[in-house]
Amino acid sequence: MLKMFKRVLCVATVFALMSTVSFASESVVFKGSTTVLPIIQEAVEAYMKANPNVQMSVSGGGSGEGIKAIIDKTTDIAMSSRAIKKEESELAKSKGVNAVEHVVAFDAIIPIVHPRNKVANLTIDQLSQIYQGNITNWKEVGGDDLKIVAISRDSSSGTFESWDHFVMKKSKVTPRAQMLASSGAVTTAVGKNRYAIAYVGIGYLNKNVKALSVNGVKGTAETALSKEYPLARELYVYTNGEPTGEAAKFLAFLKSKEGQKIVGKVGYVPMISLK
Amino acid sequence: MNRKTKEIFIKYIFFVFALVAIIVLAMIVFSLFREGLPIFRQVSVKDFLFGMEWYPTYDPPDFGIFPLIIGSFIVTIMATLIAVPLGVLAAIYISEIAPRSIKEVLKSVIELLAGLPSVVLGFFGMVVIAPILQNVFDLPTGLNIVNASMILALMAIPTISSISEDALYAVPQEFKEASYALGATKFETIAKVILPAALSGVTTAVMLGMARAIGETMVVLMVAGGAAAIPESIFDSVRPMPASIAAEMGETPYRSLHYHALFATGMVLFFLTLTFNLIADYVSNKFKQTGSATL
Repeated sequence: MLKMFKRVLCVATVFALMSTVSFASESVVFKGSTTVLPIIQEAVEAYMKANPNVQMSVSGGGSGEGIKAIIDKTTDIAMSSRAIKKEESELAKSKGVNAVEHVVAFDAIIPIVHPRNKVANLTIDQLSQIYQGNITNWKEVGGDDLKIVAISRDSSSGTFESWDHFVMKKSKVTPRAQMLASSGAVTTAVGKNRYAIAYVGIGYLNKNVKALSVNGVKGTAETALSKEYPLARELYVYTNGEPTGEAAKFLAFLKSKEGQKIVGKVGYVPMISLK
Repeated sequence: MNRKTKEIFIKYIFFVFALVAIIVLAMIVFSLFREGLPIFRQVSVKDFLFGMEWYPTYDPPDFGIFPLIIGSFIVTIMATLIAVPLGVLAAIYISEIAPRSIKEVLKSVIELLAGLPSVVLGFFGMVVIAPILQNVFDLPTGLNIVNASMILALMAIPTISSISEDALYAVPQEFKEASYALGATKFETIAKVILPAALSGVTTAVMLGMARAIGETMVVLMVAGGAAAIPESIFDSVRPMPASIAAEMGETPYRSLHYHALFATGMVLFFLTLTFNLIADYVSNKFKQTGSATL
């Protein structure tokens, strides 16, 4: 019985090895930020459909992990939602790695409320106090006398990570906040609840919810690109030296009109006008 | 091949089929424990089970699932309170009172209810029930314990009703005849003879219904609201264990502490459903109605 099992395992392994040898002419490994990951994941799928001979694998771990991996040369492309730090880039140089930065998209997070909510603008500090559970009534920020229901994304999502970065700055979101599993569920919930506040990537705005200005600036693709809107940032990938081969072709694809369409589709701000 | 070897051959084929389920279960349990246990190297069992804070992605992280356990229990208990009267009474009506034509229709409709995908029920709860609850009771949110319990009850009713009905149907005809012969009314016969005789079956049904409710994922993910805090009222949001696992597993790094913590939550859930099933099994064996002498 065991012998047979071993034999089957052997055959399976041989087949697996053969398939990787014969089909993968070149492989590209991505690692890093879970914020950037959805863009790369979609783009990789589209790219691999067009180029079936290319093997690409994408994994998360966070921006720090990604940059660490590019320094250790364990990944070809690092995804990051922040620019490389000075220490990191020095460490890279000492190991003979030249981390080259590529901006691939913009990320803009928009706070949303029910359309009947009178509040139109909140400061970052007010948003943070609401999500920490310190401001609990809309009248404290100029609205009606209604309890605030803070809706958040799950703490492992990239959108949550962005919100944490821009607004919470490592303060804890109150456990009383509702946690919903997708941005679609968030907009549905807010569209039906006049007590609610939530946040979504710019791609998820629709007519059932009202977008709030932050520090007096309305969040649009233009204000995000000009960085006038405070909850916006660039999303990066890093390569070791100027990219070559499939990595270079993939990045060109990602920056092309087709690639940037994918950026818009997964809820981020494309860097070029798609019209 | 002669008849005898054929018999033996067939016997072993069936044995293998029966074995597949056991092997698969063993493998699942094994990987559940292998991925779940490492969390306890970092967090004590007590802090994990009774910790009040669930902040798995912060630095330093908190892995206390007590609010999640409470969330699971409260929606399950409330769902049971709604589903048991409805399910058992429906079973009594179908098995004892309804005329044949109505009986057939009711039975198939209840079975149809069991066939509804949970995501459809969850969507219904989110888009239809939540706004109604919110408007009627003037609540801050419709995604709360009551909403989740109602939807879970809807899912537990078919289980409770059909297993109860089998139990009621299995009560021997002579019990009823004896009861009627003594001059008992139909209500007295049902309440004092049929229901007690079928009690072990009905209890099994309730336990299996509860196991169904506590393990249900999609519904609680969509309508329970997901707040990882101990609720203060039945209109608060909660975050039952399956919702937490489903929402977070997809985006957590492989074999990180958070990943192990989610598997450990799965272990807790596994033990809970196992307990419900064992109780159901125990009750149905221990109080099995054999003959009429024990009634």
